[in-house]
Amino acid sequence: MKIVVLVKEVPDTWGDRRLNLETGLLERGAGELVLDEIGERAIEVALTYAEANSGSEVVVLAMGPASVPTNLRKGLAMGADRAIHILDDALIGADTTLTATTLAAALSHEGFDLVIAGNVSTDGGGAVIPSMVAELLDVPAATGLSTVAITATDVTGRRDTEVGSYTVKAALPAVVSITEALPDARFPSFKGIMAAKKKPLDTLTLADLAATSGASGEDAHSIVISLAERPARAAGVTIVDEGDAGTQLAEFLAKNQLI
Amino acid sequence: MTDSSAPILVLVEVSPAGTVLPSAAGLLGAAAGIGTPVALVVAPAAVSAAAAERAAELGAARVLVADRPAGSPLLAPVVDALAAAAASVSPDAVLISSSSEGRDIAARFAVRSGAALAVDVVSVSRDEEGPVAHHSVYGGAYLVDSAATSGTLVATVRQGAIEARAAAQTPSIEQLDVTPSGKRDVEVVDYQATVTASDRPELRGAKTVVSGGRGVGSAENFALVEQLADALGAAVGASRAAVDAGYVPASYQVGQTGVTVSPRLYIAVGISGAIQHRAGMQTAKTIVAINKDADAPIFEIADFGVVGDLFTVVPQLIDAISAKKD
Repeated sequence: MKIVVLVKEVPDTWGDRRLNLETGLLERGAGELVLDEIGERAIEVALTYAEANSGSEVVVLAMGPASVPTNLRKGLAMGADRAIHILDDALIGADTTLTATTLAAALSHEGFDLVIAGNVSTDGGGAVIPSMVAELLDVPAATGLSTVAITATDVTGRRDTEVGSYTVKAALPAVVSITEALPDARFPSFKGIMAAKKKPLDTLTLADLAATSGASGEDAHSIVISLAERPARAAGVTIVDEGDAGTQLAEFLAKNQLI
Repeated sequence: MTDSSAPILVLVEVSPAGTVLPSAAGLLGAAAGIGTPVALVVAPAAVSAAAAERAAELGAARVLVADRPAGSPLLAPVVDALAAAAASVSPDAVLISSSSEGRDIAARFAVRSGAALAVDVVSVSRDEEGPVAHHSVYGGAYLVDSAATSGTLVATVRQGAIEARAAAQTPSIEQLDVTPSGKRDVEVVDYQATVTASDRPELRGAKTVVSGGRGVGSAENFALVEQLADALGAAVGASRAAVDAGYVPASYQVGQTGVTVSPRLYIAVGISGAIQHRAGMQTAKTIVAINKDADAPIFEIADFGVVGDLFTVVPQLIDAISAKKD
């Protein structure tokens, strides 16, 4: 079984996240760049299967700028076998269409039985890449799974939606995306961190992927046409309860016609 | 040349039981603001007529209907129908709910049709070149506008974000011919409808939200948060800490990895206000916080903060609200 895990480098949601008002791109110096947590959980799902099934291979795949390998090494330190970094200046500011086309090309180039991704990133929040990639590769996409059971021929899981809870099953090869209901990712061990330094981390460019991109060159794209920073919230009033705070709060709500 | 009567295709989501989901009203309202709303209803044949009439009531000038037979693959019938509808209607934009199903359908449809995809859109408008999508980025810290380089704009619209509503239309319902694409899809092994026991408002799109955090202390104590919510006719939310502690289900979670809300009033009870929580609620018009820790970051964004014991402040607040209502 060859499992490829899609991961993404994102600005840490615990820190300051800024956009450059000129370029519309992430201000990379503003906060720490980390692996999106949901991608780490996806790695955990892959490693849990691989540990129980000998002959499995886990590959972590990310597209992004020169900072990405540091974060891919974390996936290797957790226990993944190999990492692939897609690096190309033509991908700066990529929309979901270019991102999905590039990832699908890399997956065709690499080959896979199962692709595991997080259901939604903390920065873009689109939750569309797994299904876009599946459409490009013509494989089923079992997205938003809160449980995952992998066999040699298929993958089954629970998909909770706004209307109910589905149990869905996809024949391999397939793409799945997982939710944060799945277990936390393991911390890399010291041994894992040392081993990661010797594991293969390959870099691919768009030229390397040209033969398998499947892009027609005619796709329309989503582009940013304007960008503004929302004004910061004005400071309000804070009182310390001296026995009547609940009453005062009710007055505040009434005065502002919120009751 | 931009055409304010151009067709805007709206995918109306219908539950397996035939209920038109609440997102439809906002999608059709948004569509009416930039063109002529045309709805697509893909539902089991037995329930599609009623769903189509509901779509017209919510503002669809035309409703296209396609079958979604029981036992069919999870999403293929809907994606195929959307492709057929778009080919027939040639819309300026396709609006789809940013729901579990909607996102997957939009993703596959955008790829299949080569159309630009705008994600997690909070409103739409039109300029001289065509439809424009508006986004609220990084927990609402930035307002970003996007557009398609060419062709139809496909947009997933954040649930509960659109307040606009369209005027009801006389039903004009047409059956749509759909050629199955044969694309590989997942199989549905089992389905259990969610039983909604509560008559409280939905968290997404609620005018007032009362959320509880770790400070609430237990699942039993969470009843106090619910009582306050009921006194205000509010939806109930929670911080991730409260969800992780098992006080409430994950569907209550407001924040970076949960629901993003933008209500008129948000009351945070026993929530410290970690940046990941603030990302899901800081665009609320008025924010109220009750927390015993004066240094809690939630007070930095609160319009009215109370440093105190929630177990004395909240009951007093509920009593005072009840007294004012009488």
